[in-house]
Amino acid sequence: MPSATINPTRMELTRLKGRLKTAQRGHKLLKDKRDELMKQFMDVIRENRAVRKRVEEGLMQAHASFTVAAALMSPEMLEQALLCPKQSVELDMSFQNIMSVNVPKYQFQTKSGEQGDIYPYGFAATSGELDDAVAALSKVFQDMLHLAEIEKTSQLLAEEIEKTRRRVNALEYVKIPEMQANIKYITMKLDENERANTIRLMKVKDIILKEAIQERREENAWNAEAWAAQSEDSEPV
Amino acid sequence: MYKIAVVGDQDSVLGFKALGLEVHSVDDVDQARKVVHDLARDNCAIIYLTEQLAAQMQPELDRYKEALTPAIILIPGKEGSLGIGMANVKTAVERAVGADVL
Repeated sequence: MPSATINPTRMELTRLKGRLKTAQRGHKLLKDKRDELMKQFMDVIRENRAVRKRVEEGLMQAHASFTVAAALMSPEMLEQALLCPKQSVELDMSFQNIMSVNVPKYQFQTKSGEQGDIYPYGFAATSGELDDAVAALSKVFQDMLHLAEIEKTSQLLAEEIEKTRRRVNALEYVKIPEMQANIKYITMKLDENERANTIRLMKVKDIILKEAIQERREENAWNAEAWAAQSEDSEPV
Repeated sequence: MYKIAVVGDQDSVLGFKALGLEVHSVDDVDQARKVVHDLARDNCAIIYLTEQLAAQMQPELDRYKEALTPAIILIPGKEGSLGIGMANVKTAVERAVGADVL
């Protein structure tokens, strides 16, 4: 259904045709973008699930050991043991562009005093379960960083895919059909005007012809009359 | 240089201190909200948040979901996993594909 505000002019028609062409091109490009994003997303989300599972399992294990350690040691002792960490983490972030979606890439460096020594406390006053907990945490930490990167990526990709899908659908089911209907409406209207014009010209021609014939007839009649009068005058001579 | 922070209740997050992460132990959700907002403003790239807290601060999570930083990643607290992290992965799939295809 063409909108009521549209002007059935040739200029509008040209404009609409141009817009339709752009819309169709855009639709195709967006569709390609969506497909490619989807492909990337499926890879990312599969990995995301796997890594998350691994992280959650690892953390649960660490928490279990930690709970035991907390039960064996006094809270103050525990806090004191972990108060000044030996290891520090430095994180750098860069961006990767996946189909015009910026996703973060993390580079991190762990700094520790001595190689392989992550325990920031003496072993004498702490329970062995604390060592287990810290070891389990440091083991799962790599995966945790990877999880952060990949989960953020999947969130950003999901958002972009949703947006792109909406755009594709809007173009496909609303914008393009609307423009096609408008173009059809204008073409019909212009054709109709053309026909009306032709008919009008034919009518005008008829009227003019009729008038010309009438005029000729009157002239002929007048001529005939004049000739008759002339011959009447000359006859008696 | 970006920071990595861990936010959660005392017992769940204390262990991360040994790894050299920035640990913020909070007692309730309001405090957690404030800490998360402060960290987001303060050049923090990754925030690990326990699911127990995350369950009650969905609006905050949604707010940062679309931002590039920080990435708020849910981790199970000491009481165990609530399945919110996995549910979020599922939601992402549903958002992108329109149905859960996995």
